[in-house]
Amino acid sequence: MQIDKNQLLRFTTAGSVDDGKSTLIGRLLYDSKSIFEDQLAAVERSTQKQGREGVDLALFTDGLRDEREQGITIDVAYRYFTTPKRKFIIADTPGHIQYTRNMVTGASTANAAIILIDARNGVVEQTKRHSFIASLLQIPHVIVCVNKMDLVDYAEARFNEIINQYEEFASKMMIKDVSFIPISALEGDNVVNKTQNMNWYGGATLLHKLENIYISSDVNKVDFRFPVQTVLRPQSKEFVDYRGYAGRIEGGIVRVGDEVSILPAGFTSKIKTIEKNGQQLAEAYAPMSVTITLEDDIDISRGNMLVKVNNQPEMEQDVTAMICWLDNQPQRDRAKYVIKQTTNEQKALIKETEYKYDINNLARNKDMSPLQMNEIAKVKIRTNAPLMFDSYRSNRNTGSFILIDEATNATVAAGMIV
Amino acid sequence: MDKYYLSYLDELESEAIFVLREVYAQFQNPVILFSGGKDSILVTHLAKKAFTPCSVPFPLMHIDTGHNFPETIAFRDQLVSNLGAKLIVGSVQQSIDEGRVLEEKGANASRNALQTTTLLDTIERQKIDCAIGGGRRDEEKARAKERFFSHRDDFGQWDPKNQRPELWNLFNGKYFDGEHFRVFPISNWTEMDVWNYIKRENIQIPSLYLAHEREVVWKNESWIPYSQFIKLKPNEEVVTKKIRFRTLGDITITGGIESSADTLEKVVQEVSMMRKTERGNRADDKRSETAMEDRKKQGYF
Repeated sequence: MQIDKNQLLRFTTAGSVDDGKSTLIGRLLYDSKSIFEDQLAAVERSTQKQGREGVDLALFTDGLRDEREQGITIDVAYRYFTTPKRKFIIADTPGHIQYTRNMVTGASTANAAIILIDARNGVVEQTKRHSFIASLLQIPHVIVCVNKMDLVDYAEARFNEIINQYEEFASKMMIKDVSFIPISALEGDNVVNKTQNMNWYGGATLLHKLENIYISSDVNKVDFRFPVQTVLRPQSKEFVDYRGYAGRIEGGIVRVGDEVSILPAGFTSKIKTIEKNGQQLAEAYAPMSVTITLEDDIDISRGNMLVKVNNQPEMEQDVTAMICWLDNQPQRDRAKYVIKQTTNEQKALIKETEYKYDINNLARNKDMSPLQMNEIAKVKIRTNAPLMFDSYRSNRNTGSFILIDEATNATVAAGMIV
Repeated sequence: MDKYYLSYLDELESEAIFVLREVYAQFQNPVILFSGGKDSILVTHLAKKAFTPCSVPFPLMHIDTGHNFPETIAFRDQLVSNLGAKLIVGSVQQSIDEGRVLEEKGANASRNALQTTTLLDTIERQKIDCAIGGGRRDEEKARAKERFFSHRDDFGQWDPKNQRPELWNLFNGKYFDGEHFRVFPISNWTEMDVWNYIKRENIQIPSLYLAHEREVVWKNESWIPYSQFIKLKPNEEVVTKKIRFRTLGDITITGGIESSADTLEKVVQEVSMMRKTERGNRADDKRSETAMEDRKKQGYF
């Protein structure tokens, strides 16, 4: 296969240092030959400095000064590697402090989530929390890695026991595609290379799995959605009447000649041209960034959405959503926030909290107190003008939003429309 | 296989164009930080694509240490003239002359750290609210934590532990007076991606990236180009080598590597075989394990 046609897969890793998450990432990078000599030399030096021998794979993911000193991960870090089959982006999220906020961030763009379980401990609370967030954020593929198999004598029975434990509680969540792999990140079993230590396992290694998951259908290719980012009006003679609508297709496929509605006004027109860098295309699809021109001269601006006449999104001022509070300032009663959804921006009021999720036991609590950082709740929101949206389940890009506090300009919440 | 999917390069391109258009829509006075290096050339190329048939709506801003490769300046001026863009130059020499900064002393003195003051002064003077950079997360461990839209306080500082969460493709570019943003459209590209794309799109780059004969001095474990700014130590000598550069910066600290890759194809081939990171030849990053993080917090690129 030609490398130029290779796809990009984004995945997130959940787990703490204790589960061997850093070692796993280090192992993936090391065995796929994505570590450079000077990085290797630096890690060898650090390993020796800590009075140990060889190469501590976990140190490849060290970042900021405080993290190196405290041996923890503070923030989402992004890492990259490429194999002959795919390019990968890892969103490496911390296990302990502010884990919810960071994991939600890392999960928001991921095609796949790797969930690590320590084979000795089996499914623990943290596994449930991570799986819950993966399902809440609708990560299309979940790979459960049962790690440290070397410490349970590579026992098939233990692996099957953990699969059963996991499936029992995961059946209550919306996880679409789960697979299980027995590994030892430390020993390198089944991460990049197939191991001889678990001949009872006939499945793929982790890397093989990552290289082969079918991701083309992760993006909605059915419902055409084109939020306008900006309008291009060249001040030149050659393009005197030109009005190009610049944006990224956030769902579906569009062709020249298609009849479209412009929301929220509802005017209709036809696609005249679809352009990319001045080249005209016959069709375009998500997630392409293009410029569209229409047959009719209509007043269109940023925040408007082009959709097909016979396939329209919801258009409402009242939305119900799951939100995760991200800011260390708690929610303020009856405060108005800015809501940013696609390229549209409005004022929003959180009218009502239906319930909060207790992320430790997944119980729904009728707790109406203001939302605190890392809390997840189902809320009702009212906006000052209609939003054009789909449910998050059918389209992650038109069904998501953030809330911004104008007093601080901070991004205070992430929302998924139910 | 489904024909409606993007290759990784097309997906990275689409993402970068989306980010550049967000900058245009969200900020009043954005500029492209232009160093003459391949990453800022790439960002400029993507900006051209994002706004065709309009011209690039951002001026190019160059922070000039005064220690330049002559080829870089010639390339910069040609590109600016081709684009019909505006050029803003912030001069480190001027900051020194005005007494804003003191030239470093000692054997490894460079103007690298001084650039930060010049950069922040220029941003303030020109009332710039967003500086678009070619930084990539794969370059360095502190950059791995950088956001696409990276907020700077009114001292121009970056607070890595208190960054705004960035979810989906929703970028929050709101700021108060005196603050600004750094935006990195090619955050998710690796060095290899950049080269593959430059080759695919046939983007013009300075000849310095291709192997050529040059007078160099072995310093800090790399071949530093010989120029009028270099003071030789007794044991150092000027030799002529066939070299090329993997990154371009201040001529006094940018090390070249011995290479025979004198075409773009050969460079791509060579990069794919590389066993050292590209910043491994940058003396500015060798000062300590957290050299980049420390400079970034101060307001460096």
